[in-house]
Amino acid sequence: MISGFNFAYLDEQTKRSIRRSLLKAVAIPGHQIPFSSREMPMSYGWGTGGIQVTAAVIGQTDVLKVIDQGADDTTNAVNIRRFFQKVCGVETTEQTTAATLIQTRHRIPETPLQAGQIIVYQVPIPEPLRWIESSEVETRKMHALADYGSMYVKLYEDITHYGHIATAYDYPVMVHGRYMMRPSPIPRFDNPKMHLSPALQLFGAGREKRIYAVPPYTSVKSLDFEDHPFAVEKWERICEFCGSTDSFLDEVVVSDQGDRLWICSDTDYCHQRSLSQNLSPQSS
Amino acid sequence: MAYVAVKGGETAIQNAETLLKAWRRGDPQVPELTLDQITQQLSLGVNRVMCEGSLYDPELAALAIKQSWGDLVEAIFLLRAYRTTLPRFYNSQPLDTQQMNLQRRISAIFKDVPGGQALGATYDYVHRLLDFKLMAESEAPVALEAEPNRAAMPHVMELLRQEGLIQSVAEKSVEKLARKSAGESAGESAEKFAENAVEAAQESVEKATEKAVKATQGSVERATEDTVKATEDIEETTGETIKDTPEPAVEEADRQPFDLTRQPLSLPAERDARLQNLSRADEGFLLGMAYSTQRGYGNNHPFAGEIRVGQVEVLIAPEELGFEVAIAEISITEVQMVNQFKGNKVQPPQFTQGYGLTLGYNERKAMSMALVDRALQAKELGEAVANPAQDEEFVLSHSDNVEAQGFVQHLKLPHYIDFQAELNLVRQLRQTGREETVDDTVEPTRAETKNGTRNKTMDEARNENEE
Repeated sequence: MISGFNFAYLDEQTKRSIRRSLLKAVAIPGHQIPFSSREMPMSYGWGTGGIQVTAAVIGQTDVLKVIDQGADDTTNAVNIRRFFQKVCGVETTEQTTAATLIQTRHRIPETPLQAGQIIVYQVPIPEPLRWIESSEVETRKMHALADYGSMYVKLYEDITHYGHIATAYDYPVMVHGRYMMRPSPIPRFDNPKMHLSPALQLFGAGREKRIYAVPPYTSVKSLDFEDHPFAVEKWERICEFCGSTDSFLDEVVVSDQGDRLWICSDTDYCHQRSLSQNLSPQSS
Repeated sequence: MAYVAVKGGETAIQNAETLLKAWRRGDPQVPELTLDQITQQLSLGVNRVMCEGSLYDPELAALAIKQSWGDLVEAIFLLRAYRTTLPRFYNSQPLDTQQMNLQRRISAIFKDVPGGQALGATYDYVHRLLDFKLMAESEAPVALEAEPNRAAMPHVMELLRQEGLIQSVAEKSVEKLARKSAGESAGESAEKFAENAVEAAQESVEKATEKAVKATQGSVERATEDTVKATEDIEETTGETIKDTPEPAVEEADRQPFDLTRQPLSLPAERDARLQNLSRADEGFLLGMAYSTQRGYGNNHPFAGEIRVGQVEVLIAPEELGFEVAIAEISITEVQMVNQFKGNKVQPPQFTQGYGLTLGYNERKAMSMALVDRALQAKELGEAVANPAQDEEFVLSHSDNVEAQGFVQHLKLPHYIDFQAELNLVRQLRQTGREETVDDTVEPTRAETKNGTRNKTMDEARNENEE
């Protein structure tokens, strides 16, 4: 841990103001709360919202896991973990089950989260209606009035044009039957994991200065129609390393001829499965 | 195993940083830049970094420029990130720009003005010829300089105001708020100086102030915390409230100014919030926006009422002391634009104004700011909001280069999960399309298998499991 900075970089006053916003966010599931986002020593777009939320809630006894694209070893995950080691000196882990606090970008771990765990999502654009209505003043009104018809029209248009809802990630959800929420750019595949999760889910958008939350055991429903129910994608492949048939698989191009193989995007999940089967893991 | 997962390990990140540092230093045979050289010889760059970094500290700005390899937007980012860690002890008094130590003062709307016009140091009438003599070394030009004029000098705008030809006083107090927050940027850095000095017990600059600051730090800090807390609570509450109409400017002068560095911008924004946003907005963005209004995208016939460049004192008035203390003298550029206004149902024809203020000497930015400030008043003046520069959500949400550079460049972070999801989707859509238009004989997964894919299919896996 380096000296010269407060624990978790932000001063206590700032952390307290973020926690006040977090409390409000937990009290109104899925509702976006403005917060006084600060410039961090990492660039906007690199997860400053998630980093500020993590900084506001992390304590000395926490065990932190950081993933990006599901992997603990991607550059951005390594860098954020390194930052918190530097400014907090807390224990870190790659094991989902060992972590008390997980910061993620673009994935939810395959291993189900437990009660008492907190998962922090990095959010680029918090507003689910943004591509339909570019004005913040207008979208706030739409949320206030639960005026979400235009989103259903968009999904309906997808079905008429393509036969499917053409949203693969950042698929909009309704939280606790009231607020429409962007789940952050996780693949649609991960949406069902948010529903009634025992873990506390916190979302931070630094550049857009918004925080929102899904408290434990809260209903999170992906938008759909009765005759076009929400469904997640399936692979006709299994993981090259651990043989998983039910995890989100990355397609890896391994030759100039376009040969491909498929591997788990969740490196810890893959690693644990490989170990339990005495296979050689993709990460070690 | 033919494939080993690529690891973006800590070593790679550290090596990248080391390489960056080496490249930034360049040829070690060439003498290293000193911060003094940067503050003295690249001072307009330093000014821009202080202004957009919203921290008045030439030395730190010079350090940021050196550290950022001359990339000013990166330097601005460095300074902002540092600013995050600074506590705030005081709010400054509004800057009194009538009491400026003027180095330059121009009015384009009168041939001469009381107090006179002064060109000062300007490129305006310099022939832009490359000066090859500068390639040689040791140049030390000496210039004739008049004694600084410390006498109070009223703004040219006052002349119009006396005749009632310019916007109302309510607006003027908002400008006061903007000047106040500019003073605070300076205040924070002055306090940092104070702290450092106290810690090192060496610096003897403005000792009296430092003692005062130190003596009162504790109580003020607590008071400020409470205030900040209260303000944030209020902000959060009002942020939730949907405002269809701008609230009337009641007790405008008594209202605490909005603080962009402590509060999230909420829309619609009041003019004090807008001015703060513009003051630290990206110079290039503002220039482009201002230019667009001149070319017809929201034209409002601007005249340069007055441009002032010089030093102004930053005062704080700690309640414990009961009197004002000057904590710094900062260099600023102030621009007041006069714009035509034909009037509306409630207001007779008069001149309106746009206001620009930057830390340091940066006339291009201050003038751009004034034009955009005026364009953003369209709504209040009952003008049609039909162009980008008049749209406050558009301008204020996209003006900050620390935010903008981050989000544009984050696209280079790994996005392969979302891309995988898109790949799956596009393949699915194409498959659906084919099934509908051709027939059922097409087997889309075959193509991939032909390419020598070695993965087992789900069916194969299931069969194996059954075995």
